[in-house]
Amino acid sequence: MATVERRWIGKDVPRLEDPKLLAGRATYTDDVRLPGMLHAAVLRSPHPHARITRIDTSQARALPGVFAVITGEDARELTNPLPAFCAEPVVQYALAVDKVRFVGEAVAAVAAVDRYTAEDAAALIEVEYEPLPVVTDPFEAMKPGAAKLHETLPGNLAFEKTLSFGDVTGDFAAADHVIRRTLRWHRASAQPLETAGAVCRFDPIGQRMDVWSNTNMINFVGWLIANTLKVPASKLNIHPMYVGGSFGSKHVLGKVIGIAGMLAKRSGRAVKFMEDRVDNLLASENLGCDRYYDAELAVSKDGIFTSIRVRVVDDYGAYFQFGHGTHGNALAQVTGPYRIPSFEYTVQCVLTNKCQQGVFRGAGSDAGNFCLERLVDAAARELAIDHVEIRRRNFIQPDRFPFKTPCGNIYDSGDYPAVLDKALDMAGYAELRRMQAEARKQGRYIGIGLATAHQRSVYGPTEFWFWYDSPGLTSVPESVGLGLGPTGEFTVTMFSPFWGNSPETVVAQTVAEEFGIHPYQVTVTHEDSQHGLPGAGPGGSRMTVMLTGAVVGASRKLKDKLARIAAHHFEAAPADITFADGRAMVRGVPDKSMTYGDLGLKAYWFKLDLPPGMESGLEARHTYDHPYLTMPSADRKDLGAFYPMMAHGAHIPVVEVEPATGRVRFLRYIAVHDVGTIVNPKSLRGQITGGITQGIGMALYEESAYDQQGQPLTGSFMDYLLPTALEVPAFEIGHVETPSPFTEYGVKGGGEGGRMIAPAAIAAAVEDALAPFGVRVDEVPLTPERIVNLVEAARR
Amino acid sequence: MPRTVPIGLNVNGVRHELNVEPRWLLVDVIREVLGLTGTHIGCEHGVCGTCTVLVNGETARSCLMLAVGADGAEILTVEGLSRGDRLHPLQEAFREAQGLQCGFCTPGMLMLAHELLRDNAAPSEQEIREAISANLCRCTGYQGIVEAVRLAATRLATAAAAS
Repeated sequence: MATVERRWIGKDVPRLEDPKLLAGRATYTDDVRLPGMLHAAVLRSPHPHARITRIDTSQARALPGVFAVITGEDARELTNPLPAFCAEPVVQYALAVDKVRFVGEAVAAVAAVDRYTAEDAAALIEVEYEPLPVVTDPFEAMKPGAAKLHETLPGNLAFEKTLSFGDVTGDFAAADHVIRRTLRWHRASAQPLETAGAVCRFDPIGQRMDVWSNTNMINFVGWLIANTLKVPASKLNIHPMYVGGSFGSKHVLGKVIGIAGMLAKRSGRAVKFMEDRVDNLLASENLGCDRYYDAELAVSKDGIFTSIRVRVVDDYGAYFQFGHGTHGNALAQVTGPYRIPSFEYTVQCVLTNKCQQGVFRGAGSDAGNFCLERLVDAAARELAIDHVEIRRRNFIQPDRFPFKTPCGNIYDSGDYPAVLDKALDMAGYAELRRMQAEARKQGRYIGIGLATAHQRSVYGPTEFWFWYDSPGLTSVPESVGLGLGPTGEFTVTMFSPFWGNSPETVVAQTVAEEFGIHPYQVTVTHEDSQHGLPGAGPGGSRMTVMLTGAVVGASRKLKDKLARIAAHHFEAAPADITFADGRAMVRGVPDKSMTYGDLGLKAYWFKLDLPPGMESGLEARHTYDHPYLTMPSADRKDLGAFYPMMAHGAHIPVVEVEPATGRVRFLRYIAVHDVGTIVNPKSLRGQITGGITQGIGMALYEESAYDQQGQPLTGSFMDYLLPTALEVPAFEIGHVETPSPFTEYGVKGGGEGGRMIAPAAIAAAVEDALAPFGVRVDEVPLTPERIVNLVEAARR
Repeated sequence: MPRTVPIGLNVNGVRHELNVEPRWLLVDVIREVLGLTGTHIGCEHGVCGTCTVLVNGETARSCLMLAVGADGAEILTVEGLSRGDRLHPLQEAFREAQGLQCGFCTPGMLMLAHELLRDNAAPSEQEIREAISANLCRCTGYQGIVEAVRLAATRLATAAAAS
């Protein structure tokens, strides 16, 4: 691969976003203040499953300072059900209608002069419930006679399907070994430090609804939100906000927008509803998947993997917001980095009396990686092959790309052996093993984990519907507007908000690369949805690919016009105009050059200097579509390319486990990632270290737990434990760059890999540490209690 | 309506005479009454530390403190760190080492770091981690924050030696 000299792509440019964030001057949703604005509070259900028989809001309404009180009856009148990305008739409103299905479900809401008064009023609302039988276990929920959550469904099994690719039966029949594991991945929660919220203002005369919210898909879900709020899509305007972290949890936010929108309609005032942390922990859209795997790997006597069979039961909670999208997601990389010719995937999506799943970084492929890597380690153990060696034997080799997986998804590029080698080298693997052996002699339990796993990037929307017979959406575009003003200054307009990472910096680096200017000469702004261009927003690690693609496309258009203006001026051919060092110049004629300032001034205010027929101004807009998306076959034997920018990583955590207390301490953590061409190394490093930290949470601490009666056990940060600076080590991060052939500059996404790979690696490390006890790790998070129980069980 | 009581607060060097309800949290007065929205609210139960400010020079969780309890106090918020268009050296260090991503926990982290470096000009990595472990960050994995604090310590020490 020839190396390409680039001036700005790949450079550690301190971020454009940072000065205002550091100075406390960015506007987050809770910072919005409008004249006459009211504040909302929500009353939530204490019951996991109950019929609402009576609500008396009279005392709340009578409290001075209260402007509106709404219940499920208002939701039925003022709104349509919340957007859902599934075909099954699972109906959800922003406030519970007729019955509640989980503890924390919103039952009523109040708008008042301040939050204190709103909460006082919420406490004065009287609700009578008729408790119904509760079902919290998905296997119980599937049994005949189980308490049924939704009258619109035949039972609690919302969806069930098997997809099979290649000769699974034959490959299993021919296998020398079948490795089987039942695995458990508990639900965790994204928990950005900024909760979800919305400010809504409704003009009843013009029927116009303005929304300021930290939803991060303002141009993707706007028309769906308009339908929920019963306003014409053309009269709904969503204003982009700075977002204090999302990690997948702020894609739609129909609940908070719906509640604030209804209260705005009822009160005639602007209304803000910010979730508090309890709202967010109990009832937001931030829960990850909750899976029970029964998985088998077919292996030859030489340790070559030949097929996989996965049966997964997923506990969705009370609603089906994103449908089986997280399983479509997992199919993108079911076979991981390994050459496996066939697989079968059976999913059962079950509804129970818990808060619904939303999306959390990894989006189903996180659990998928855990499942596959646990099988690989199990195979290594059962066949007595080293865990490094068994991976080497099965890797797809670097000369096999683009690689078509059994289900039809494409892997664009990769060099998995190089990533593994680099990680082993950084770790000093052989020395680590010696150190481990020494420590064991001293009675210390040190474990070395390894996971070599994928991070798919740039999702295709077919993953939401290829499970069904009829087709669905096929667009996930992203757009930018690029302008060069009359003073020679570049501006970029984005149509997706800042969601917590570095979109402005990526955009500015790309413009700088294309035009030979400094990134800080680019001003980036965010446009509201009413002035929006197509944009699906952040999700599925797509934005670095999509934004560079959109900016390069817009740059081509802008350069085309600039070249025509400069060529006209110099009496040269447009094809001979080049751009560098802040100027346009005639190739090979150094004294024939114009600054961007000269060109800008001409383009805006010197019409008679322009080529005949050219309109004034310098602005280009570009919509970049998914770079490689193909249609699934009608028989679904080939799902097409839908998640083809395949990033990869190898993680080697070194842990010390105390068997008596279950404490896990990190001695080292090595992670090597390949996300194609790197745009901004420091920004990427933050994504990886932050992602691994969330993966540490998933592996050891974080669980959104319920008891058997459906009562949540993790309703505060005292119970739902996020890792602090003392639970995580100084990470050692390395990179390999195999550019994607399908994207501008060869960029792939890197936003999720840390969290998607770490839990598998840490589970392996803990298992390795406890190998003297013969402990087998099949479940995360590995809380101290679970570790102690594993050791106790193994000792018996 | 609930009765209000008069209090005085000196916030970032500016004296305010306010009438507040006894139950109002300090963070709500800072944000809602004074309009200083750089201090953020993360959990409102004293765990995440996002709302950390300095009260009479000591870090405090402003979601756990009533405004009336701060009567007469000197308070420093993130808005008081920068001077005009110049970021504080600590903020510059956070930018260079990328000690932030979404920026939401950042004001609280800056306050912790400010207090740490005032009391300990050359903290070890472990001391930095212990100090910032008071607060939660969901984006960075803390590595950039640790490096930023270390970088700021070096810079501030150099500046102090030069002056």
